[in-house]
Amino acid sequence: MSKLTFSIGGVHPDDSKLSKDCAIEVLPLPQTVYVSMNQHLGAPAKPLVTVGDKVLAGQVIAEPGGFISAYVHSPVSGTVKSIGPRKDLAGNPAVHVEIAVEGDEWVEGIDFSNDIDVNIKLDREQIIERVKMCGVVGLGGATFPTHVKLCPPPGKTAECLIINGAECEPYLTSDYRIMLEKSKEIVIGAAIMQKALGGCPCVIGIEDNKPEAIAAMSDAVASLPYEGIRVAVLAKRYPQGGEKQLINAVMGREVPPGALPIDAGAVVQNAGTALAVYEAVQKNKPLVTNVLTVTGNCLPVSAQHNYLFRIGTPISFIIEQAGGIPEGAAKVISGGPMMGKAIANLDATTVKGSSSVLYLSEESTRRWKESSCIRCGRCAEACPMGLEPFLLNRLVKAGDLEGLEAAAVMDCIECGCCLYSCPAGIPLLDRIRPAKGQVIGILKARNAKK
Amino acid sequence: MDKMLVSPSPHIHAKVSTDSLMRDVIIALCPAIIVSVLFLGWAELLVLAVSAVSCVAIEWAICKWVMHKPELCSCSSALVTGLLLAMNLPVTTPWWIVLIGAVFAIGVVKMSFGGLGQNIFNPAIAARVFLLVSFPAQMTDWTVTKGFISLDAVSGPTLLGLASEQGAGAVAGLDHLQTLLLNIGGSAGEISALALLAGFVYLLCRRVIKPWITLSIFATVAAVSGIFWAVNPEVYTGPLFNLLSGGLILGACFMATDYVTSPMTSWGGVIYGFGIGLLVMMIRYFGSYPEGVSFAILIMNMTVPLIDRAFHHRQYGRK
Repeated sequence: MSKLTFSIGGVHPDDSKLSKDCAIEVLPLPQTVYVSMNQHLGAPAKPLVTVGDKVLAGQVIAEPGGFISAYVHSPVSGTVKSIGPRKDLAGNPAVHVEIAVEGDEWVEGIDFSNDIDVNIKLDREQIIERVKMCGVVGLGGATFPTHVKLCPPPGKTAECLIINGAECEPYLTSDYRIMLEKSKEIVIGAAIMQKALGGCPCVIGIEDNKPEAIAAMSDAVASLPYEGIRVAVLAKRYPQGGEKQLINAVMGREVPPGALPIDAGAVVQNAGTALAVYEAVQKNKPLVTNVLTVTGNCLPVSAQHNYLFRIGTPISFIIEQAGGIPEGAAKVISGGPMMGKAIANLDATTVKGSSSVLYLSEESTRRWKESSCIRCGRCAEACPMGLEPFLLNRLVKAGDLEGLEAAAVMDCIECGCCLYSCPAGIPLLDRIRPAKGQVIGILKARNAKK
Repeated sequence: MDKMLVSPSPHIHAKVSTDSLMRDVIIALCPAIIVSVLFLGWAELLVLAVSAVSCVAIEWAICKWVMHKPELCSCSSALVTGLLLAMNLPVTTPWWIVLIGAVFAIGVVKMSFGGLGQNIFNPAIAARVFLLVSFPAQMTDWTVTKGFISLDAVSGPTLLGLASEQGAGAVAGLDHLQTLLLNIGGSAGEISALALLAGFVYLLCRRVIKPWITLSIFATVAAVSGIFWAVNPEVYTGPLFNLLSGGLILGACFMATDYVTSPMTSWGGVIYGFGIGLLVMMIRYFGSYPEGVSFAILIMNMTVPLIDRAFHHRQYGRK
């Protein structure tokens, strides 16, 4: 099988999949969970409970706050203690529902058996409704509400469903573990989404540094009765799992600037999302659990974990369960080392899209001291969108917003390849990221005038 | 953990730094430097040392006392300039001329434009040309000094000089294999094509540079001289002679590929290399100087901003 990859840019960081052999463990329940109303892309959810209410695990506690938004369910049984703003990972306030855990009682109607249900009984509309009611969002990072992606706008058809099993970020292994341990469930989840999209072909893309996952998923596809699903081997290259890059790798197409994947006939869903869809549709289980990796280069492999956690569990509780912050850790990151966020607030809580607690040593996270650009061209070589970060950097310094817009700054996907590869230690993305906000400002002002 | 670091992504960094790149260039120059010192002896070592030390010292002094920003000083880059300048000079160059070359390379060509990354012209080449027009006698004195490995010392015009004055017939009986291995009689950087090519392959393997500029120069020189030679081999020297003689290999592998003064895209590099190759052959065949690599590179340095405007990487999702 030839290895697929995207055609522009990319870098090859060491994959550091240290925790790949740590089987998924169930994380114990904390005493208190804090469920964020802002754990998906789009409008925050609106709480439906009030302080003092008794809730069951799996019960709806918030409804969508707009078209692009999602239901939120209680991950535990207990009493609502407070509803109000609380700091998230980055220290920004968001409304959280605080629930004191009492026992572990679930709402009626959820199938907890481990039987694999191959028969997809729901029809297209029912699937989409169920996915929406179960609060499923994309678990690959962007947390875009899944039901919205499963309803292509009028006139657009899905020609290919891509299941993203690339996991191109170094260190992360949660997708890898579920592809090994829940292979059939993921394939059924893919078949469900295939049905919802009208029966387009489905490609499960996995990077070649995960041969066991490729084998397990291929076996699962072969053993199940669905048509039109296949596993594609991708080359190990960052950001292979970026939506635009994956579409390019698998379909050979490119999504035009400003357009959505569906405009190129593609729907991309993460492997974890496929599992959540399976649990929602076949087991009637809302999205209240996910798998995250506790890993890092200053943590012995024996102390690394892949945890099945209740969404809303505080980061500090996970750290404590995993043995505390290891000696030599300088940075705690939620997500991968390329696009993850450094955690400013350990009391922050996990959300649907949480994928890791990553500890990096001071030495491994150190940048070069900034020096002059030597025009080596590595940033432009690395940019998977074909931009010229060195030029964007100059335009930012000159305050030239029109120039930035013309240089396609809004195409930037913030993958970090430019900053990663710059030998002069120029903080390219650090400068480009805020400039995007300023350019959005002038675009909005221009649209307002029209 | 007392303090948590909080900074934006990405949180990891490739292991390549400006200093590591410059170190690789210095390592790549080593085979040619070693060969030149072996065959030219202490005199060559002196030229190398004066050039290298003065380039680094001048860069440091200007950063500290003129620009008042000592942190801007890039010793590794100045060292590369110093070594390249020395390799472009005759072994008999007096120390004070080497020093003037270093002052011009770093002080005028590099630092007056703002230092590392800002200069338009390759400092070592610009300095060589400056010295060539200022001290024509010393800069074309090709006396061979006594090396650690002794050869019969000869002095006289270089092969290119011979071909330029007396026509291609004067160099017709040349053993090309010998030129590839050892070619005493030019500046240090022209002694062993093989040692230079070994360094070039090292740079490619370490992914410091891409091969396009160099290959484009070689291909253009071979094609242009091939055509002229086929038309009249009595007057015009052939492709192999032109590829192996003079500073072509040193220029194509180490000077034209300087990041700062060459185009940033591969296609831009191809055009740039084509321009250099064409100019080299025009100067060698029709110019008043026997050798044209330095002039060709300097002229094409000026076109780099234009080439960079014309060639860009393909953007995702755009035609």
